[in-house]
Amino acid sequence: MNHKIVSYMLGRIMVTEGLLMCLPLAVGVLKKDNVSVMAFIISILVALGVGLFLASVIGKKEEEMMLAKDGFAIVALAWILMSLVGALPFYISGEIPSYIDAFFETVSGFTTTGASILENVELMSRPMLFWRSFTHWIGGMGILVFVMAIFPHNTGRSMHVMRAEMPGPIIGKLVPKVRETAKILYLIYIFLTVVQIVLLTFGDMTFFESVVHTFGTAGTGGFGVKIDSIGGYSAYSQWVIAVFMVLFGINFNVFYLLLIKHFRTAFKSTELWWYLAIIAGATLFIGIDIYSEVGNIADTARASFFQVTSIMTTTGFSTVDFNLWPSFSKTVLVILMFIGACAGSTGGGIKVSRFIIAIKSIRRDIKKMINPRSVASVKFEGKALDSTTVNGVGVYFAIYFILFFVLLLLVSLNGFDFETNFTAVAATYNNIGPGLAGVGPMSSFAAFNPFTKIVLSFAMLLGRLEIFPILFIFAPFMWKKKS
Amino acid sequence: MKIVIAGCGKIGLTVIGSLVAEGHNIVAIDSSPEVIAEITNLYDVMGLCGNVADSDILFEADVSDADLFVSFTGSDELNMLSCFLARKMGAKNTIARIRAPEYNDHSLSFMKQHLELSMSINPERLAAHEIFNLLKFPTALKIESFSRRYLEIVILKLKEDSFLDGIKLSDLRTKFNAKVLVCCIQRGDEVYIPDGNFVLKSGDKIGITATHTEFQKLFKGAGHVQKQAKNTLILGGGRVSYYLADMLTNIGTAVKVIDQDEKTCEILSEILPKATIIHGNGAQQELLMEEGLLNADAFVSLTGMDEQNILISKFAETQNVPKVIAKVNSDELTSMAEKLGLDSVVSPKKIVSDMLISYVRALQNSLGSNVETLYKIMDDKAEALEFNVRDDFAMAGVPLKDLKIRKNILIGGIIRDRKTIIPGGNDTILVGDKVVVIAANHRLNDLSDILV
Repeated sequence: MNHKIVSYMLGRIMVTEGLLMCLPLAVGVLKKDNVSVMAFIISILVALGVGLFLASVIGKKEEEMMLAKDGFAIVALAWILMSLVGALPFYISGEIPSYIDAFFETVSGFTTTGASILENVELMSRPMLFWRSFTHWIGGMGILVFVMAIFPHNTGRSMHVMRAEMPGPIIGKLVPKVRETAKILYLIYIFLTVVQIVLLTFGDMTFFESVVHTFGTAGTGGFGVKIDSIGGYSAYSQWVIAVFMVLFGINFNVFYLLLIKHFRTAFKSTELWWYLAIIAGATLFIGIDIYSEVGNIADTARASFFQVTSIMTTTGFSTVDFNLWPSFSKTVLVILMFIGACAGSTGGGIKVSRFIIAIKSIRRDIKKMINPRSVASVKFEGKALDSTTVNGVGVYFAIYFILFFVLLLLVSLNGFDFETNFTAVAATYNNIGPGLAGVGPMSSFAAFNPFTKIVLSFAMLLGRLEIFPILFIFAPFMWKKKS
Repeated sequence: MKIVIAGCGKIGLTVIGSLVAEGHNIVAIDSSPEVIAEITNLYDVMGLCGNVADSDILFEADVSDADLFVSFTGSDELNMLSCFLARKMGAKNTIARIRAPEYNDHSLSFMKQHLELSMSINPERLAAHEIFNLLKFPTALKIESFSRRYLEIVILKLKEDSFLDGIKLSDLRTKFNAKVLVCCIQRGDEVYIPDGNFVLKSGDKIGITATHTEFQKLFKGAGHVQKQAKNTLILGGGRVSYYLADMLTNIGTAVKVIDQDEKTCEILSEILPKATIIHGNGAQQELLMEEGLLNADAFVSLTGMDEQNILISKFAETQNVPKVIAKVNSDELTSMAEKLGLDSVVSPKKIVSDMLISYVRALQNSLGSNVETLYKIMDDKAEALEFNVRDDFAMAGVPLKDLKIRKNILIGGIIRDRKTIIPGGNDTILVGDKVVVIAANHRLNDLSDILV
């Protein structure tokens, strides 16, 4: 690992985080909340101090090479460091008395999970609620992508960083330059965010609530400000949020293609159609299943659609307590947790595209078993995939489930029932938020012991960064100076 | 600027590297996924894998929006086809590599016109031309010419007993009565753009601008001229060898081409009736001796293998062949070859990449006093550029001594109405002139960029 370039980049990220914290600070000043203001000022100073130290004392402005493993190291360490510093305001202001709880909450924010340790979120102050939701927005598109978009860019190899942070099996660029690509992604992101805020203010939400819920939707995070999440708002607000959850779960390349008027290519995306088909199918099945309980078609459709999109895009908002739904509906939701959103979106989970590639390669292998001389390739988005990508997907599935079982085993030490443990791991690992039973939409993660909270924090980071970066920082070879 | 490069072999890769360094938006297309993976890891470019003449791929590369489309695949026909398609889809300029001799005769202009090509590049012919120039003036390590050879920049290495050793630059003109200008010096790893007080030392690599006749005068005056090569031995029978032998036999030089492959030899003997073609392994010392290496004025090694070219050239140097030139394509080996003391190294891909950069810079600035020609010299640490002076040049008619020129920039020559001026402080730049500028650590797009 190239220590200099890694700490230089980490320093930059810390400075960026410090600057981003000025926004909740402004909210604090506006609301005249002196405790929060102090907490944010101290946190900003810490972030800037650490940032400048890392960037200028240890790190060197690099002309040196950035290798793939440096990219992984930067991403993994950046996210951990960011969460450690991002937890400070909660801790310093005393609103979350335990630092581990604050860390869990911040990781949950940045990784756009939305799992909370707060028993009653309505007790929290406005600036803190703002910061909590803002972490979703930052984490959604990725902070390193943000840093690449705003800082003048100096090495041709920053693609490694982007690849490590962006989710999905195949990461392409929209335009030739990384920096331009990052800018376009953020512009689309900001545009959609603004549209949603405006639409929500037309409903029954205050401006503050609109902003906070939009952050939660955009990052596919799911932190709300009410104990019953979105349940208390009007049908209009619920539909707006549901539709935008679907939008933020779509690969941003599709939006870019629409932007440059390549409509045909955009609507030819296989992943997009599978994604929409899965949402439609799941909505229909759950709708039929819960119709007898809800009683009228409009409410059934809304509840079913909202919950399906919320889980599928890994957002984690809820309008009803789906914990009380029939077992079939709950099972569908758990399956959706694993499928997740599209690659290149802000959502988590395994990703629709990986499932498509896996299913197609299974079909090919079965054909080959029956007719051993047949030659077939796996096609995705109209192109034959090379074997590295197909193998990569297989490996991802394998490591994904191995780690899932490891996490499940560690969490089960805490002594809760199987359904709680299973869905707690699934909901954090896939960056959703609420699970079922003890961690259902109306409960919180507060009951777990500190060890489990740390395990689940890592589960969230593993899920958001798609396992490898976090896994690599535990490997000794990453820490060797030269290799 | 948006540039699409189709075909990423050796030349394509070098061109991508230098264009990325210039800050352009590059889309690279190649049929091999490994090549694309490698390129996107190395450079900040977008990579596409597929057939360069597939209109779907070209559409995906957004060719319609491209300022320049360059096709460098191994096949001439594919290059022509993809450039043609790209042009029809809306690419503003297209450049194709066309290197087969049968396309490079009078039919070329017809093809260029009908395929709407902005330029065709034949790296082998360009390399052959560069070698040809060196053989005509063997003292030089490198000769780059501007404006149809009205002005040349010659790179020399000062040997131990050089007559230029210890000379102060301001004394140079008076002492040898030749209108020449030393415009850049490489000493060790440093490159200097000198003023009159600079004193030359043996071991320096210097660049001199002058007309061809003034050079002759300078070296004749000092009694140090090395005669034009009359008897050349060429190793390897590839395309560069063909073009070179063709040019040399046309001015009446004796040429011997050695190649291992019997078929190649037969073909060469048909198309090069005036040259002697030898079938044999040029790596064998006896063969080289038999074929008159000791009596040759010049030895040119043009086999497909860089290492072989370097080693055999080194051997030829030990046999006191007056001028030895090796073709070396790989950048790493070029610098190694120079460390070994092999002075004249020709690299086709570097020639092409210089040409493309000058073309792109000219495109970027088609309104102002734009770049006409560009050469990277002194291990790419300095650039020699030729500008057309247009109406918008504010300092036209101002004597050079009154111009505020930025550091590390020197005006090396002015070409006015077929006359070459090696400028002094009282000369002026006029509209319509062509001006040659030498610059280190600058990236010039417009002549006005030289001013503070």
